Amino acid sequence: MTVERESSYLASEKNAGKVASFLRAMGAVVWKDLSAELRSRELISAMLVFALLVIMIFNFALDLDPATRRDPTITAGVLWVIFVFAGTLGLNRSMAVEKDRGCMDGLLLAPVDRSSIYFGKALGNLIFMLMVEIIVLPIYSVLYNVNLLNLGLLVVILLGSIGYVAVGTLLAAMAVQARTRDILLPILLFPVVLPVILAAVKASTGFLDGSEMELIRPWLNLLIVYDIIFSAVAFMVFDYVVEE
Amino acid sequence: MEESKPRLLTVLDVFTVALFLIATYMVFFYAPQEAVMGDVQRVFYFHVATGWVGMLGFIGAAVAGIIYLIKKDRKWDIVGLAAVEIGIVFIFINIVTGAIWARPIWNTWWTWDPRLTTATVMLLIYLAYLMLRQGIEDPDRRARFGAVYAIVGSLSVPLTYFSARIFRTIHPIVIGSGDPSATGSFDMSPLMTQTFMFSLLTFTFIFIDLFWHRIRLGRKADHVEQLRLQTME
Amino acid sequence: MSQSEIFVLPSPRAPQLRSSLAMIKVRKLVKRFGLKTVLRGMDFSVERGEFVALLGPNGAGKTTFLRILASLSRPSMGGVNIAGYRLPDQAAAVRRRLGVVSHLPLLYGDLTSEENLRFYGRMYGVQDLPARVAEVLELVGLTPRRRDLVRTFSRGMQQRLAIGRAVLHDPDVMLFDEPHTGLDQDASAMLDTVLREVAARGRTVVMTSHDLARAADLASRFDVISRGVITASVHSDEIETNNLLAFYRQAIQSS
Repeated sequence: MTVERESSYLASEKNAGKVASFLRAMGAVVWKDLSAELRSRELISAMLVFALLVIMIFNFALDLDPATRRDPTITAGVLWVIFVFAGTLGLNRSMAVEKDRGCMDGLLLAPVDRSSIYFGKALGNLIFMLMVEIIVLPIYSVLYNVNLLNLGLLVVILLGSIGYVAVGTLLAAMAVQARTRDILLPILLFPVVLPVILAAVKASTGFLDGSEMELIRPWLNLLIVYDIIFSAVAFMVFDYVVEE
Repeated sequence: MEESKPRLLTVLDVFTVALFLIATYMVFFYAPQEAVMGDVQRVFYFHVATGWVGMLGFIGAAVAGIIYLIKKDRKWDIVGLAAVEIGIVFIFINIVTGAIWARPIWNTWWTWDPRLTTATVMLLIYLAYLMLRQGIEDPDRRARFGAVYAIVGSLSVPLTYFSARIFRTIHPIVIGSGDPSATGSFDMSPLMTQTFMFSLLTFTFIFIDLFWHRIRLGRKADHVEQLRLQTME
Repeated sequence: MSQSEIFVLPSPRAPQLRSSLAMIKVRKLVKRFGLKTVLRGMDFSVERGEFVALLGPNGAGKTTFLRILASLSRPSMGGVNIAGYRLPDQAAAVRRRLGVVSHLPLLYGDLTSEENLRFYGRMYGVQDLPARVAEVLELVGLTPRRRDLVRTFSRGMQQRLAIGRAVLHDPDVMLFDEPHTGLDQDASAMLDTVLREVAARGRTVVMTSHDLARAADLASRFDVISRGVITASVHSDEIETNNLLAFYRQAIQSS
């Protein structure tokens, strides 16, 4: 009895050590990406300028008059197009950095679980994407004179970004290893991430519209399901994307 | 390694062609004309059958991908690629035949209905799969990435379908309990059902036959590559 | 921390309990890429403390072989054993005891040299990290540039920092893949000083190179690899440096 308890105690101790080392490695990767970005600001500034340009192009391309500007469907659609395109830029860049000086090999040489590298990269990408989104929202509000300060909308943006980044980080890790790496990511990512975009746009419209929660909930559920499924799948297959 | 064409495959070829001829005959002469839509409804038999084959290809690619990742055997990479290549052709036929039917019935070539959207997304994922493979030189990596993408894609497609389905659909659901108010919906008479079932069977055989041929081709290509490497040394 | 303390470098090597002297043991290793066979049943063994130079023409499989030892690439067939652990199933244990320097520096340009080391130190779970980072920077002679971005470094400095990165966790086995690539004479000489220092601490080293002169200076054993197998092997005390080229030529031709 005592022996059994002891061994199970040891096993749980060992598991705790594993979790700690997983979190340590994941944290190190996030810290590394954030401090590099804090210094160069290359990624976020590129994403932001790009986002502003898209806002401008939409203004002229759709010739948005004051009434349509406030149309929640248009607002949600334009916002998500901005996020998706700017996000691709960020994902590509964040993986190219790992490929540049062979850093990916450096990461793989470390005695850590490979999925901790995936989650570290994904979390870093999510932080960048959320930062861009937080900056874009007030700018959009001012330029188009719409109120985007809506808790529901923020939740949708968080859920949508998680799903987008979960798949995006995995596919970007594949895309950078291909000869056609710069053009490949959107082609791989967009058809796969379509359910997220659809659900996110619909839910955003719902919140901006002030729709009943009952109408929005299916979309939120879909987002959550997508986030869970794809985080789990990426967790399982990331090894195959980086190993040789 | 050197193998001649298996007898069974030849039999299957002949059998499939015969099935296809009979199915074509049934579509045009055996099945009765649909009362409201007229002859254009005959597209339906092959339309659904090609969609079915496209889906088989997609599922086949995902299953082959999972097996490849576990076993790391090149054979399964060839199987996955074969499934995608066949699927792509049939999904394309499916979309085109659908458009031909939709023009007179819905008065438009195209609508963003869940099934149409899903078929298109499937086609795009297939195309992305091929482009991904094209961009990678190392055959092992190509196989691994193909497998991973097939798996990710196969999970995304049903989600696309469900999300698009939450909108109201106008696509008729002939099989299973559909919304009878959908434009172009109809009840199948027994002769129609027989023709439909026969078409499904025929296209399943077409799929198997092509699949077999394509896998054989892939192995022959491997064999040629091996001989090339041997002579280079 | 005073200068003298920093120079008292290596933490003393832990006493080894395993009886076998072989630090690296490779048996009948086969590696295929698709249908192409790059390594054809290689046998290779390195004893503790040896410095082996792997020589061979381009395309002989040197880099492939080193990537397998580094656990970055999986063997198609055969056994690889490093420091008593099997690859690929015990890869984590092997990685903990392995330091790798390749011709790419594996460093982040937008981080300072100190930050780069700190990052890798965290990945390896190095104890007492700030002190160890300072120690290593001193070893590779980059203490004055510790707050500079790696992006601004010359190739030679990047390569020295790469060595610092590789010894950070005090590995038993070191793998160098063409470390001199792209370096001029002075930078190479400086790199050699660091390499020698790293190797002198009782570490086992395997280095690939196509520069016979550089290899002759450093290694204690020369193995020639050609068409995916080791064709010849000689200890440095069995051969005159002048004869090395002839030995190499012969080993290549005999395959």
